[in-house]
Amino acid sequence: MDVLTALLEGFATALTPTHLALAVLGCVLGTLVGALPGLGPSNGVAILVPLAFSLGLPATSALILLTSVYYGAMYGGRISSILLNIPGDEPALMTTLDGHPMAKAGRAGEALALSGIASFVGGVCATLGLVLLAPLLARFALLFGPAEYFALYVLAFATLGGLAARNPVKALFAAALGLGLALVGYDTTTGIPRFTFGLVELYEGIDFLVAIVGLFAVSEVFVFVERGLRELPHPGRLGRVTVPLATLRRCAGSMLRGTGIGFVAGVLPGAGASLGSFLAYTTEKRVSDREGTFGRGDPRGVAAPEAGNNAAAGGALVPMLTLGVPGSGTTAVLLAVLMALDVTPGPLLFERQPDVVWGLVAALFFANLVLLALNLPLVGLFVRLLRVPPRHLMPLVAMVSFVGIHSISNNPFDLQLVIAFGVLGWVLRRLDVPLVPVILGILLGNEMEDNLRRALLIADGDWTVLWGSPLAVGLWTVAVLGFFGPVLAGPWLRRRRARLLAARD
Amino acid sequence: MFRITRRVLLAGAVAGVLTLPAAAFEPSGVECIAPANPGGGWDFTCRQVGRALFELGIVKEPVRVTNMAGGGGGVAFAYVVTKRGNDDQLLVAASTATVTRLAQGAYVGMKADMVRWVGTVGADYGVIAVAADSPMKTLGDLMEALRTRPGEVAIAGGSAFGGWDHLKVLIAAKAAGIEDVRAIKYVAYKGGGEAVTALLGGHVQAFSGDISEVVGFIEAGQVRVLAVLAPERLPGRLADIPTAREQGVDAIGANWRGFYAPGGMSDEAYAFWVDAVRRVYGSDLWKKVMAQSGLMPFALYGGELEDFVRRQSADIAALSQEIGLVK
Repeated sequence: MDVLTALLEGFATALTPTHLALAVLGCVLGTLVGALPGLGPSNGVAILVPLAFSLGLPATSALILLTSVYYGAMYGGRISSILLNIPGDEPALMTTLDGHPMAKAGRAGEALALSGIASFVGGVCATLGLVLLAPLLARFALLFGPAEYFALYVLAFATLGGLAARNPVKALFAAALGLGLALVGYDTTTGIPRFTFGLVELYEGIDFLVAIVGLFAVSEVFVFVERGLRELPHPGRLGRVTVPLATLRRCAGSMLRGTGIGFVAGVLPGAGASLGSFLAYTTEKRVSDREGTFGRGDPRGVAAPEAGNNAAAGGALVPMLTLGVPGSGTTAVLLAVLMALDVTPGPLLFERQPDVVWGLVAALFFANLVLLALNLPLVGLFVRLLRVPPRHLMPLVAMVSFVGIHSISNNPFDLQLVIAFGVLGWVLRRLDVPLVPVILGILLGNEMEDNLRRALLIADGDWTVLWGSPLAVGLWTVAVLGFFGPVLAGPWLRRRRARLLAARD
Repeated sequence: MFRITRRVLLAGAVAGVLTLPAAAFEPSGVECIAPANPGGGWDFTCRQVGRALFELGIVKEPVRVTNMAGGGGGVAFAYVVTKRGNDDQLLVAASTATVTRLAQGAYVGMKADMVRWVGTVGADYGVIAVAADSPMKTLGDLMEALRTRPGEVAIAGGSAFGGWDHLKVLIAAKAAGIEDVRAIKYVAYKGGGEAVTALLGGHVQAFSGDISEVVGFIEAGQVRVLAVLAPERLPGRLADIPTAREQGVDAIGANWRGFYAPGGMSDEAYAFWVDAVRRVYGSDLWKKVMAQSGLMPFALYGGELEDFVRRQSADIAALSQEIGLVK
């Protein structure tokens, strides 16, 4: 199908009153989730997953709601970065460098407006990139046999530690834990149940959603209970939320460069938005910082990382939708949602359920418009919401989690399981073990194992089949590079980031 | 001709209801449990039949659909047997998969006779297909290959080892006189869509699934269906596809859709629901649903369905034993 016609049909799907209302709701909730320090985009989406299910939404509608939350969180993260010098989520970290100095100089409103526009540019361009790139990638669909899929999943695991993980060993442990949990349930290749302990509830394996809501949302509540109240500093006065045209013109190049870099970082599996905004900032500093104003409130230092992290958010949807391999933690959560909705992401999605894909893409364009509107005139509202104390917020998180999980399966067993995962998530957080690899293990473990065994079954146990095609060899090469690249370059990049962050004070 | 028959049947069904002792059982607050997440076949059965029951005026208020996923339907089955055993207002969506799992003992401690089988609303018939460019032209070609060189023919299907897509291959192979069905190489995929893709990509040589999973690919000229496992040729545009039976392989694989009810349901209520499902099946409304979703005719009610389930269950148990899945 022609991309343009498909996209127009997508707009027809997306532009119904219900879908528009859901997109607006998602944008508002997402911005809030992004703005509240501590609640990152993956947690935010995880908390709102049960909501989508308890509303009984069909696949397209649920996706529109949750991706709006995802984009909203990317916009929202900058608010507390700029006003409080506390990043609302990790990708917004780089925005503190020049955003907060701007706020201290009484230009908070200007910084918010500029970063809102930069986010819009990044988000819209990345969605355009998704439209152009995804169908190209989807064309490789039939080349993927069991061996190629296995290599692809190895690639996903090899790159997931990436730069985000401070400790590759802990990331590896987390992935192994996830893979182990994935073994629970029926083994499709032999039809024999494994690790089910005679519990019928475990025969289909552990529900991704239960694991995700437990690990992210419920553990969030436990962490809060443990640490108690943390009052946020007062955000101060905003000033006028506008940008002078001259500043915009000066920042146009920064936004476009940030967008390009962010998008590429987002498409690469395992890199994600944090890397996108980091690279966007450092490149921009190298390109434009002639007077040494970066780090002291240079608007370009706000525009570049904000465009970068929003472009990366869009870019991360490309591998998630076309290959079924998430490019970031949040897209891993979205992938689980898709699978729970009986939509199988991967090369075939574009052929089988074009209405879902293109409806989603159209909704993303719309969400960016809504977010621009929310973040320019209405940003004051979110600033006020920042002052909602967590003691009101956390019980709500707990309630939404439990009601949502129960409404999915109507089975009290899942409630016990969600608490168990909450405790597990809390323990892992205390040990500083990253949670995303656990989720990825649960999510991709079955597919990875099944494809390995299919490949070996078809080839009568000949292991060389695993690298028997050019595509498989290519994937293995990228996997090896993806695994060793960050291990070698990671410490260097982290040192640079630490130096930049240290220099701001 | 067909149309007249249908009207006569419908009239018969309506007359049947009118002669029932109407006061004996009144449906109210009816619930239908779909033992899976929204979006699948069981969910479809509950929602579509629930809607038809209401629109045809058989029930006075909309049927409440509850999704109870888990254990491949086992969680819902155990729940109905242990907690709702005497409920007169409860139907549960079922299919051949339900019987398969019961026969293989996958619902721990549960047996098919612990519930009452109500009726069916259609079926999806099994197909065995190859890619359009495959050298195999008939079911006989495939069976010959399975007999002489089973290691070279991998057959993909959308269910687990021992699941329905696997069993259909075995049923056909046995009917074709193949002794050693254990040698047949079955590659399990998550769903029919993935399995067809593996076929089109040339990663496997044949595909076992349901007709609804390949209709789009037949029209696109990408797959060749060697045989449909139905008693006679399918209607409409699918009439070109030969049955296994006419190629000398007496195999039928019907993935039926229907309902069971709690084992302790009163006889009056059971009679009411058997008749209600029969009426839905006979309605023009349901003909439309079947046409849209690709469901084929398959109608068994009450005692007939109970007998059928018993036979299907015994066949599956025997086959499962043969491939070493059940001891």
